[in-house]
Amino acid sequence: MELSLLLIKGLIIFAVFGITLLIATYSTYAERKVAAFIQDRVGPNRAGPFGLAQPLADAVKLFFKEEFVPANANKFLFVAGPSLAMLTACMSSAVIPFGGTLLIGGEYIHLQAIEVNIGILYIFGVVALGVYGIMIGGWASNNKFSLLGAIRAASQNISYELAMGMSIIALLLVTGTLSMRDIAAQQGQEIFGVSGMNWNIIYQPVGFLIFIICAFAETNRVPFDLPECETELVGGYHTEYSSMGMGLYLFAEYVNIFVASAVMATLYFGGYNFPFMHQLGLPHNVVTILGTVVLFAKIFFFIFFFMWVRWTLPRFRYDQLMNLGWKILIPLSILNVIITGGAILLKAELF
Amino acid sequence: MQSLSNRAKKLEKKPMNFSERMYLPAIFQGLSITMRHFFKKKATIKYPEETRPMSAVWRGLHVLKRDEKGRERCTACGLCAVACPAEAITMVAGERKRGEENLYREEKYAISYEINMLRCIFCGLCEEACPKAAIFLQNDKVAPARYERDEFIYGKDRLVEPMPIQNL
Repeated sequence: MELSLLLIKGLIIFAVFGITLLIATYSTYAERKVAAFIQDRVGPNRAGPFGLAQPLADAVKLFFKEEFVPANANKFLFVAGPSLAMLTACMSSAVIPFGGTLLIGGEYIHLQAIEVNIGILYIFGVVALGVYGIMIGGWASNNKFSLLGAIRAASQNISYELAMGMSIIALLLVTGTLSMRDIAAQQGQEIFGVSGMNWNIIYQPVGFLIFIICAFAETNRVPFDLPECETELVGGYHTEYSSMGMGLYLFAEYVNIFVASAVMATLYFGGYNFPFMHQLGLPHNVVTILGTVVLFAKIFFFIFFFMWVRWTLPRFRYDQLMNLGWKILIPLSILNVIITGGAILLKAELF
Repeated sequence: MQSLSNRAKKLEKKPMNFSERMYLPAIFQGLSITMRHFFKKKATIKYPEETRPMSAVWRGLHVLKRDEKGRERCTACGLCAVACPAEAITMVAGERKRGEENLYREEKYAISYEINMLRCIFCGLCEEACPKAAIFLQNDKVAPARYERDEFIYGKDRLVEPMPIQNL
């Protein structure tokens, strides 16, 4: 029993890790294709059919480039920066439930790597650590532009984590739990006679808006990609990086996008739940597998949305970024918490 | 001030209203524009597989023609070199020896005939000047890219039409 449980957990962890890396790899390809399509071009189409081998070619190119360390850089921290960025990016997908339960041999197996009852806090903690990778790498490069990019990244992440945390508090008032598994399961309940549609977006539309804006800022994506603002800072925090150091930073960004998309899909868009999931009369395992497919469809939509926005909007100015974070999003999220709390009290009073 | 054309528009800088200050409607408008472009026909021509259609009178790479018996038509009269506005054509004339009648049509022929493709502007005046219908600009070939400048000077080896197979 113990060994089989360990084996199953190991398998799920391995699968989640592999899927995360695979999706991050092909996000680079998707990004270039989306960019090209939006700009009326065709994008990479030379390596393999439809250019599908392009990410492999890019990786090989990065591996064969010189790993350059500037003369006055702190060598240990210079290597530690991108490694830390990649490590924290990969850690956060551990608590996300990628499906319901599979019934195999009379036992229910949860399609989730690790269940902790503070799942959301864990994700927030790990994502907050992610900025250290950028900060350390930018400082260790011993370059003015890198340092400016790193400082921007740090202050931007701190500013937007506040609003993000407040929007999550309003969500927690609704769900009453911090566990990702419970939050996903709750959204499978029946609403207006349709099972699997009790999504949190119905209760928290403003909270979701704040959350998605903050998610863009946390992953350093356009319109909040000021840490790597090439018009002002050459390349930002990764100016001095080449080869796989650079590759890890870029890769960590895509892993972060995947995780942010998965978190948004799980917290607000019903996770692995889909309409009529319990009313179709399908076997348990089929529903679970369909749910996983649906969850990945939601995740892919959000990844696409990240890219869609990137190739639509221009970049913020730094003071505009700070104004939006401190003067608009934080008051709005506090208001959202108050209104949500009031509504819950009112509901308890009336019904 | 009175505008000269009376077409100047008077613009007023109004303060933004609430929905404009929220920026979200404008963002969705932008997203819809980019989504429309996402499904538009792409402007790219995938070059090696697909080529731009060429006109029937397209003036491309030169060719020195042979007559129906496989003899070179060019007599090195030099009219093409005189007509050439870019001075891209040079040639050296020579006298046909006994026994070369099957190679050259007239008594005089071009020992060397060079066109500098970097100077040539593909105007086709050499084609019009030629009294022997010897030089033509093909409508299906272009001078390809090269690494060295001297490779753009095309001699007779690359200009003269290859022998028809039955005459070999």
